[in-house]
Amino acid sequence: MNDIRRKFLKTAVGLGSIATAIASGLLIPQRAIAAYMESAFAATDASAALIAAEGSDQHTPSDEVKIKAPDIAENGAVVPVTVSSTLPNVESISIIAEKNPSPLAASFQLSGQSEAYVSTRIKMGKTSNVIAVVKSGGKLYSATQEVKVTIGGCGG
Amino acid sequence: MASTIKIRAKTKSGTTTVKALFSHPMETGNRKDKKTGEKIPAHHITEVTAEYNGSVVFTAQMGPAVSKNPYLSFKFKGGEAGENVKITWVDNKGKGDSLEAAIK
Amino acid sequence: MNKIIISAALAVLVALPVTAFSSPERDLSEFRSYYQNRFPDTPFADFQNGVYSIDAASREQWEDIEEFAPYELNISKGEELFNKPFANGKTYASCFENGGIGIRQNYPYFDTVTGEVKTLELEINECRKANGEKPLKWKKGPIADISAYMAYTSRGNAFNIVIPDDPRALAAYERGKRHFYTKRGQLNMACADCHYYYSGNMIRADLLSPALGHLTHFPVYRSKWGGLGTTHRRYGGCNKQVRAKPFKAQSAEYRALEYFHTYMSNGLEVNGPGARK
Repeated sequence: MNDIRRKFLKTAVGLGSIATAIASGLLIPQRAIAAYMESAFAATDASAALIAAEGSDQHTPSDEVKIKAPDIAENGAVVPVTVSSTLPNVESISIIAEKNPSPLAASFQLSGQSEAYVSTRIKMGKTSNVIAVVKSGGKLYSATQEVKVTIGGCGG
Repeated sequence: MASTIKIRAKTKSGTTTVKALFSHPMETGNRKDKKTGEKIPAHHITEVTAEYNGSVVFTAQMGPAVSKNPYLSFKFKGGEAGENVKITWVDNKGKGDSLEAAIK
Repeated sequence: MNKIIISAALAVLVALPVTAFSSPERDLSEFRSYYQNRFPDTPFADFQNGVYSIDAASREQWEDIEEFAPYELNISKGEELFNKPFANGKTYASCFENGGIGIRQNYPYFDTVTGEVKTLELEINECRKANGEKPLKWKKGPIADISAYMAYTSRGNAFNIVIPDDPRALAAYERGKRHFYTKRGQLNMACADCHYYYSGNMIRADLLSPALGHLTHFPVYRSKWGGLGTTHRRYGGCNKQVRAKPFKAQSAEYRALEYFHTYMSNGLEVNGPGARK
């Protein structure tokens, strides 16, 4: 197995081939791309998750960070969240659902070409603050939105 | 085989907006199998990489709290109609998929 | 408790007025008027969007999801399955009018030859059987994907369910209508209780959808299911939610219900597959 990997890596050029290697199960992806922040996603409180993901849990609320999420989620399994920022040189955006068993839902690394914008859908276990944390110039800024998660009457 | 990835990429006024949908169960590892009572092991996308013009323009790291059949949208400066973006995902079991799509 | 409140209120309401002069056409006209009076700000065509036609907050979330809805994956899968030849070389197109494209709005229909109500899913499996293939499961999976693709090719077509001048067709329609208005289950509730009399009201944190336009968007991707399901999957779920024993998918009872239920949405456009909570 190791021989196959070595031979493949010798001839593989660029990320495209690595993607093929990953898809064919030959390469363990965690070593190919920037390390997956395992501990950040495993952290059970927002503070520890942020320290692991962004290096600090100190974030300043800023109106240059916008978070769009529903006041009342139609279904906690699919909550649309959109984050955008007018801050300069945004390097990363993290989305935290404070009361989730593992508060860090996702973390995004931007490039010099990126616009400070990301949209996704997250699961929420219960009513909670959803915090968008943006890193700009090495500092963390945030915007928070409370999202209510309810029990439906139709068994859903 | 239909891809596990669907991409819509549009460019307007110098900014390209990419929307992607992924087919993936995104199991948290906390759910119990109704029949056996055993916990269904965590099985979720861990990373998504977006490439344009040979370089990585955007990376997403996902935990299991991202919804099943994940949705992702991001933007980058540049991109012309007809050029390709490439999206690759990888999950915690080491499996993955990749797709290229033309910007409209 | 909701159950007590609803039962008490409905004890006063008059039950289904079955007169000697009722007819499907008259039922349809009354059905439409009822909802148009109950929701005067909703344009008729918008009833195809269910609760989103009567509630702005949930509509916004739904529109966010519709930007790139999860059922898009199912449509692609469905298209692939639809076009893949059977072992004998034939495809689904050979079983359907117009090659199976743009025909969703005609289902269900009453087959005067067999005397049965034919739903789209029923005919998908009949096609498989006729071509030596094993039937698919009724409620989710490949049959839902194929149904989703076929619905998608029919988007924009107005439903046109026909009740031919045949006592058997009328009997099936009446059977479906009876199911809709009959109380059942431990909670002793009829479909009509939530979706007719109490449509637009809240049941805990859920908004009750009007039955007008109910089925236009099936099969449906429900956030709750994390996947796509057929009409009869939802019927089973609804029966279970009032703690009634569900009927089997594609049973005569559910096919009759679907016949009545879809007829009541005649004139509204196909907008399946849909996304709901």
